[in-house]
Amino acid sequence: MLNYTLRRLMFTVPVLLFISFIIFIILDMAPNDPTGNLPMTIPPDVREKIRESLGLGQPLPVRYFKWCVQFFINEPLNIIDKMFDVCTWGCEDRLRVRSWATRSPVVDLIVERMPQTLWVVGMSYVVGIILAVPIGVISAYKQYSWFDQAGTFVSMVGFSVPSFFSGVLVIVIFSVQLGWFPSIYDTTLKVVDWDTFMMQIRQMVMPVMVLALQTTAQISRFMRASMLDNLNMDYVRTARAKGMKETTVLLVHVLRNSLIPVVTVIALGIPAIFGGAIITEAVFKVNGIGQLLIIGIQGADIPLVQTLTFIFAVLIVMFNLIADILYGILDPRIRYD
Amino acid sequence: MKLKTLLLGAAAAVAMAPLAAQAERGSDGQLNIIYWQAVSILNPYLSGGSKDRDASALIIEPLVRYDPTGAMVPYLVDTIPTVANGGISEDLTSITWTLSEGILWSDGTALTAADVVFTAQYCMAEDGGCASATAFADVENVEAIDDRTVKVTFSKPKPFPYGPFVGNASPIIQAAQFADCLGAAAPNCTDANFGPIGTGPFMVSEFRANDTISYVANPNFRDSAKPAFASVTFKGGGDAAAAARAVLETGEFDYAWNMQVDPEVLSNMEAAGKGRVVSAFGTMVERMLVNLTDSTAAAGDARSTPEAGGHPYLADPAVRRALSMAIDRATLVEVGYGAAGKETCNVVPAPAIYASTANDWCLTQDIAGANALLDSAGWVDSNGDGIRDKDGVELSILYQTSTNAVRQDTQALVKQWWGEIGVETELRNIDAAVFFGSDPASPDTYQKFYADIEMYTNWFDGTDPETYMNSWTCGQIPGPDNGWQGNNMPRYCNADYDALVVKLSSTSALDERAAIIQTLNNMLMEAGAIIPLVHRGAVSAHANTLLGVDLNAWDSEMWNIADWTRGDM
Repeated sequence: MLNYTLRRLMFTVPVLLFISFIIFIILDMAPNDPTGNLPMTIPPDVREKIRESLGLGQPLPVRYFKWCVQFFINEPLNIIDKMFDVCTWGCEDRLRVRSWATRSPVVDLIVERMPQTLWVVGMSYVVGIILAVPIGVISAYKQYSWFDQAGTFVSMVGFSVPSFFSGVLVIVIFSVQLGWFPSIYDTTLKVVDWDTFMMQIRQMVMPVMVLALQTTAQISRFMRASMLDNLNMDYVRTARAKGMKETTVLLVHVLRNSLIPVVTVIALGIPAIFGGAIITEAVFKVNGIGQLLIIGIQGADIPLVQTLTFIFAVLIVMFNLIADILYGILDPRIRYD
Repeated sequence: MKLKTLLLGAAAAVAMAPLAAQAERGSDGQLNIIYWQAVSILNPYLSGGSKDRDASALIIEPLVRYDPTGAMVPYLVDTIPTVANGGISEDLTSITWTLSEGILWSDGTALTAADVVFTAQYCMAEDGGCASATAFADVENVEAIDDRTVKVTFSKPKPFPYGPFVGNASPIIQAAQFADCLGAAAPNCTDANFGPIGTGPFMVSEFRANDTISYVANPNFRDSAKPAFASVTFKGGGDAAAAARAVLETGEFDYAWNMQVDPEVLSNMEAAGKGRVVSAFGTMVERMLVNLTDSTAAAGDARSTPEAGGHPYLADPAVRRALSMAIDRATLVEVGYGAAGKETCNVVPAPAIYASTANDWCLTQDIAGANALLDSAGWVDSNGDGIRDKDGVELSILYQTSTNAVRQDTQALVKQWWGEIGVETELRNIDAAVFFGSDPASPDTYQKFYADIEMYTNWFDGTDPETYMNSWTCGQIPGPDNGWQGNNMPRYCNADYDALVVKLSSTSALDERAAIIQTLNNMLMEAGAIIPLVHRGAVSAHANTLLGVDLNAWDSEMWNIADWTRGDM
């Protein structure tokens, strides 16, 4: 298993380098321009100067190489400096990956956005899983019951209603009509006492609700299908024949075996948490990673988009590996060596 | 609930204060502003976006701002220099500013002429990519005569020398803070770019890029009773409708910027009674540009340049006139703009002294007249396909604009009207970052103009249109030899027009300038090179409890935020 993990890890390096190059090429070919959204009153020669000051005049391989140096060498060094409060080689004038719109280091922007994304999107994932597993189990055990039918209906709604609709709908109901929750997320809120904690909960309710509906829909269907597969297995009949209690059969034997594929699905979904929820974040003004990415794309802020997309790629590759390893741990029949 | 408590608190504070007492700094508590485009940076010299300029207008100020009528108001000086008071030299090549006495930066140090000189150096530095470079055009030298006097010398006579340090494009920054940020080093000064020290009513307490800015009142602001608000939150993100909802329906925010919302939706929101929609008109005009050169692919490399020759049918003035006559501008305003638009027939619709009335025929739609005009010019449907033609050339137009719901509505309406005069229209929309981008390799930019008609909004900064009128001179035609840079999108070229623009640059009397500008405007309109559609205003929304908002189209919307207070309407 360790050998396998190491082999896979080594293989990720060329894969990620290749991905970063592809992202760079695609972004370079995109026909938008960082000065495109500036007011029309700024004349073309001034725009040209602005583009030059952003380093756009240089050829593509040079820009890619610079980005690699900045991202793979300078940024890690900077993190070391920050963590241990030291100054490694060249800390004064180290070139960092800078956003074109804010002119500040991209990594600092991402770090600033992490808390709200992890809180809102992460929490919705947790809530979604907590709801989905029991729903899936009961739906499968009582197949075609009213509960199963209701669960199927809710899943269908969760799958098919986009968050730009459900988000605005809950805002109109709970913010405009009832006035229970704020429609705009306050990222500057610091939780220091009970009141601010309640405020944080209140501003999280709606976005978490909207996102959890989608997660629940997806995972509960997986759970149900997996339970149904296992419920008809011979070992279940044997367990029942041995006179085991129905709860033991269901929750120990069937549930554990059914969870194996579901855990993989859950692990593969985790990178999406860090990616943020572009639309839901925009609807509730959460201003997390997803919103940062969309602003970057709209403003043709290439260093920002490049860095974010690449970080997503790293997470996806890593969590694929984790899912594979988890599979081996959970199911002793599966061995990679 | 937080806001409600705050509002109650503020109301209580107001109720308890002795009647008619002078407001105190910070007595009105918290102010919440939402901009649906988040602010990226607080240094307007590195951005140029109006959201960034507005957010920085709370902190840094120019010497002089414009008020909502377009008149200049001194901020950091006592008097506005003119030729009459000796502030502008007789030969119009220099202007001398005298700073007011006793103005302090928010860190407590004094504002001096050195800061003003530094500001010019900062923007004029090589490799800085200064977005406000236009404000410093033709500046030869900026020098400090003494601690409070600054002399700006121009390389040629400037009839309108109020470019540098006037209006929201060129506020004064502190020399001490930005000393190491000149030229190529500018982007590296993140702390200064995210928290400039200023002379304005507020200063930054926390800046979260592309998200939220928190401000507190500047303790060293020159008027000890202002600002009335102790702190400001400047939130960004979401969309225009959501921002409107937050002010007009839920009341979570006090002020929202740029309400590009369907007029009907907006008036429904306003009916909730929590806030009101305000508008102000500057010089923005949504217009069609008519390509006077051959834009067909057959022209090859010369496509859309004067070398390709005249346009197959748009070169005929009758066609251009007929296209304009067929448009019902009032309907365009009603459908797409509501309070944010008025129909216009001029490319220079304001200030009032420059607005011509010679072209007002375009205000009424005249389909019959347009049909008759085309008939008499020989454009008839000879082959029975429903489209007018002449000498084998069909009146089939490619009409492009940027992707935007209002623009696509306008396109659809215009296509229908043009259909009624026998003109076929193909519509095309291009993403804004591509269309307004200036990648010379892209065929889809508004400069390349590989189409017959294109539509967008343009305007000029400040109140003087001299540079703007210069846009339509022959030398400004974009083409391969200048990397497709240039402002003359219609490829209009007229020696009389150019001569008049030269005359404008050496005329200083205001009424003479106004006459020339009106004539230039009329020349463009009569030639049909530009078909103006809608005079667009700035539209914002503010809570009923927020007093003092005076929307300003000539400067930052935040120009008088020091005077905003909390109260009942």
